[in-house]
Order: sequence, then C-alpha cells, then structure tokens
Amino acid sequence: MEDNKEKKLVDFPFEGAHYWTQLTTKFADRTPWKPDNPNIILAVIPGTIVKIMVKIGQKVNKGRCLYVLEAMKMKNRILATKSGEVKIIHGIEGKKVAKNELIMELKNLEPKKITKNFQRSKNTQPNNNTV
Amino acid sequence: MSLKRKTRELVERREQILRGGGEKAILKQQALGKMTARERIIALLDEDSFQEYDLFARHEGRDFDMDKKNLPGDGVITGTGKIYGSPICIFAQDFTVAGGSLGSMHARKITKIMDHALKMKVPLIGINDSGGARVQEGVNSLAGYGEIFYRNTLASGIIPQLSVILGPCAGGAVYSPALTDFVFVVDKISKMFITGPEVIKTVLGEEISMEELGGARVHCEKTGNAHFYAESEKECFEQIKTLISFIPWNNKQKARVLRPRNPKNAFKIDNIVPSDPKQPYDVRHVIRALVDGSDFFEVQELFAPNIVIGYGRMNGQTVGFIANQPLVLAGVLDVDSSDKAARFIRFCDAFNIPIITLVDLPGYLPGVDQEHAGVIRHGAKVLYAYSEATVPKITVILRKAYGGGYIAMNSRHLNADFVFAWPMAEIAVMGPEGAANIIFRKEISESDDPEKMRRQKIKEYKAKFANPYVAASRGYVDAVIEPGETRHFLLHALEVSETKNVPLPDRKHGSIPL
Repeated sequence: MEDNKEKKLVDFPFEGAHYWTQLTTKFADRTPWKPDNPNIILAVIPGTIVKIMVKIGQKVNKGRCLYVLEAMKMKNRILATKSGEVKIIHGIEGKKVAKNELIMELKNLEPKKITKNFQRSKNTQPNNNTV
Repeated sequence: MSLKRKTRELVERREQILRGGGEKAILKQQALGKMTARERIIALLDEDSFQEYDLFARHEGRDFDMDKKNLPGDGVITGTGKIYGSPICIFAQDFTVAGGSLGSMHARKITKIMDHALKMKVPLIGINDSGGARVQEGVNSLAGYGEIFYRNTLASGIIPQLSVILGPCAGGAVYSPALTDFVFVVDKISKMFITGPEVIKTVLGEEISMEELGGARVHCEKTGNAHFYAESEKECFEQIKTLISFIPWNNKQKARVLRPRNPKNAFKIDNIVPSDPKQPYDVRHVIRALVDGSDFFEVQELFAPNIVIGYGRMNGQTVGFIANQPLVLAGVLDVDSSDKAARFIRFCDAFNIPIITLVDLPGYLPGVDQEHAGVIRHGAKVLYAYSEATVPKITVILRKAYGGGYIAMNSRHLNADFVFAWPMAEIAVMGPEGAANIIFRKEISESDDPEKMRRQKIKEYKAKFANPYVAASRGYVDAVIEPGETRHFLLHALEVSETKNVPLPDRKHGSIPL
C-alpha cells in the first residue's frame, strides 16, 4: 500500500530553496486564505431562515438583529458585527441555507451618518442569542 | 438430577447462547462481508487459546417490553486468550445480538474484562461492532459508556489498549477507541463518527455517505483517528498480531526480545540518501537498512506521511523510530505530523521502548492554514514529548536539520542521550539560501550582479555552516559518523543505555499542550 510511489515529485519552495518532493492530498487541497469582508453576511451554520429583520436601504447599527436562522434546534439571532446600510438581501424567509451561503450584503455608511445615527445597541452579544 | 443431566443442561444452555443472534442475523452479518464476533476472536487469537466468561449474562432492560427479549451474552463476548503466546484480554461486540447495542450488562461485561486486564497487567483488545447505545435502557446505557471511558483512561500508560473497529462505532461509542493507544480499521467495514449522515442531513442539510464521513480511509488519511488500515478483517488481525509482538505486556516490562538478525543486503545505507539536501528519498529505506531483518512495522502510514513512525528491532530489542520523510513535503513538521510524532513518543516512553530519531527536515511548514490551525500549540507537543521522555533517546542527523525543526527532533538540548550526525549533515538556523538572503541582503541588493552575488554568498554560508562540525565542536553532536557505521553506533548506544534510570520529577502530572 505504498501509495506515495504513485505521487509525482514537484518543486516545493521553502525559505529560498527548492525541494523536490511529493505533496499530501491535504496540502494540495488546502484553501487559500482570504480576508473577511464584514459587509458580506454569510450563513455561519446551515439552517433555515426564519425571519429577515431588515429591509433594503435600511441603516443598521452594530448589534442590530439582521435575520433569524434556525439551526441545531435553536433560533439564532444573527447580529450585525458593524454598522452599515443594507444593500442587497439574497436570503428568503423559510428557505434552507447551506453553510457560508450568501444571505445579504451591507455597504459602508457615509462617515457623517454614523455619528448622527449612532445609538448604543442594548444587545451587543454576537450571533447566537436565541429568540 | 444426576451430574450427567446437569452437564447436559449446561451444554444445551451454552449451545443456545453460542448461536448468538440466530441464523438470520448471522447471514445478514455475512452478507455485509463481516465475520461474526466469535469468528473474529478465534481468527485473531492463538489456536484453542480463547476462554470466554460471562456467557450467561442477562440484560437488565425492563421497559418497552425488553424484559420479554432474550439477548444471548447481551451482545458482547468477553474473555482471555493468547497472541504468539502472550496473554491478552479481549472483548468483541456481537452485532447479531440487538445490533451489538450497549446496555448496562453489556457494559458491565466489558468493564469487568478491562478491570481484569488492568489487574493482570496484560494488553486489552476491544473489537467494536455496535449500533450504539441501547435506547430502551436509557441513562443506564450512557452510564455504561462512561464507566468504560473511565477505565480506558485509568489503564492508559499501564497496559497497551488496542481498538479494532469492525462495523459501526458511532456517537459516544467512538470515545473508547479514541482513548486507547491504537485503532485498527478495515476498508468498507469500519465506520466511526460522532453524528451520522442522517443527522447531518436533517440538521445541517449536508449530504454525505457513511464511508466518506467516517470510513476507514478517512480516519487513516485525514483525521488521524486510526493507526492501521487494512483491506480485509484477516489482514487487520495480522496487523494486530504483529503489533502485539513488538510491544510489551505492560509498563513494567520490556517487549519480548527476539533473536538478533542483520538487515537485509538489499538495503544499502550508502546508496539511499542523495547528498543534495533538496533531493528526496524514502527514509523508510534508511530504517530498513538499520533494523534487524529489515523488518520495519510502520504506524499511521497514511496520516501525515511527512513524518514516519513505527517499530523495528535492534539486536532483537524493540525500538520506536521517528523519522522525517523528505519524500513528502520535504519532511517538514506541521500540525498533523507533530501530533502523530508526539503521541508515538509518549507511547514508547510509557512502555519502555527506546526511541531512535532520524532527522532530515528544512523546518516547519509555512502557511496561513498552518498558523491558524495552531501549529504553535501542536508543534509544542513534540518538544514536550521528547523532553519528558526518559527511555533511551538516540538521534541521527542524516542531512539537513534547520532551525526550530533541529531543536524539536530530539536534539541534545531536549536531553537526547546520544546525537550522531552523518558527514553531509547541515545543522544551522536555516538553509543556506534563506540565510544568505538575510545576512547578505545589503551586499546582494547593492551588487551590480545581484544574482551572481547571491550565489557566491550562498556558497560562502554553505562552506561555513552547512556541516555537522560546528555543532560537533560545541558538543551538541557526540560523533560524526559514516552512514555505514550507523547501525554499529546505534547498537552500542542502545546497549550502554540499557541501565538508564532517570528519576521522574515530583509532580502529579505535567500539562502537555493538548
């Protein structure tokens, strides 16, 4: 069962040197890192969208509930992690969503508006408070 | 009643129970390509060596009409036997009886044989083939699991514990194998997971087959939960027997010593390792060139193959080998290979198995995924495991040993007993290319021909540091040796370490970064 023999040797750069070696499947399949975009709201866990709590064009403060996602027998209130304006809503109430499925997109507020509309949110706990 | 009649009654009672879950259930088991529990025990153990106990155990379920059901042996077979003459305790769940489900008597039979193994200080083998908790018995079934886990933990480091997964092993049940030292799986038969595909589908909407979720291949390659992969139950039993031959009965003994043999002529140590540190080779051939009969028994062959672990014999005595594998990912240390090595080192240390480390690595695998997966914490396990080990620890630096990787691979600084290096060993903070780029950055960038300057500086650095003599001059390397002398030096080092005795620190236990 020496599977390694079937694998190809490849150039593996390491600290300025180039090694000839095989890659593991895990290494070859790893996903490259991407920075988080706080304006993109993805489903944190697979589940069902119970209710969408905001409308397009609505300004939301950090901590505002964006939608309720039912998963693992819990109704999770998904809160905004930043202030912004709701740009597009992709999610549909009653629809099952997979993990990392796009639910909605926000856009940044004009700097002035943030100060004007700023209200301290009562509930700043992130994500998984139940209704 | 006469003795004869009484004896006949016993024979009849026995026969009834030995039929297990009945013909229909047995046919179903065979249709899945599986042996029955009793067949498995007999196939694994020495001929006629198995003695069964608690044959007449009866289950304790009273609710949901369970009191009307007869479950022979309560779905588990327990007993003692021998493998190559070594005594062992064994239990095997019988899937033909109520799906091998675990009720309180089933669990009590297992804990009883575990207690026996721990008292007698002999290895424990558990064959798992069970649908899980017996739901009708409610919390008593959960209690049973908990009591098994507790004993697995108490026995850890005292007797070797082997788990053989020959069927489903799901939910809480997986934690008994997870607590044991070695897990054996068979392709298409073994299935291990915490939550199965059904639950995953209903709760999370993700669809996956049992095989893809927790089949033998997954646990051998991806998760590292299993140690030995076999294509058939028969092959699996051969692996168990071989492992038992390499390890001692308990932590107060040494593994059985066999007649010493020379390595096979086919493995010529001088011809295996290319002198260019960037060229790959299979380090397992180096191990085979060193051990008796070139007989190397690899553990976790498919998981993190950038490090190789396993057993061989030197002068008839079992030795644990840990070797960087330049053939895969240039032999780097990473999250998985660190976990793999650290656990192996601790098993060897607990069971008086000397450790030989073969070093040839450029360092730790760079990458966001590695850093975010906690390579700091995982890499620390290797340092911890080597540092705490008190069995004889011998290191041979074959080629490159750069940076943190050099320290981690049982260096003198972690209290290795002997460190040898081959003449082409390069012991340095990093490889010549990387080092030259840093030390001579200015000269290189300001030169008219930076590429030429770079090559020249790499050459300079190589000449100065890319050798074993700087480390040897500080006493970090005990001897620079010819490859052909390696076995000789190792045999001698093992011989003079035989009486090694290091007092353990006065503490309850350390806190290894888990």
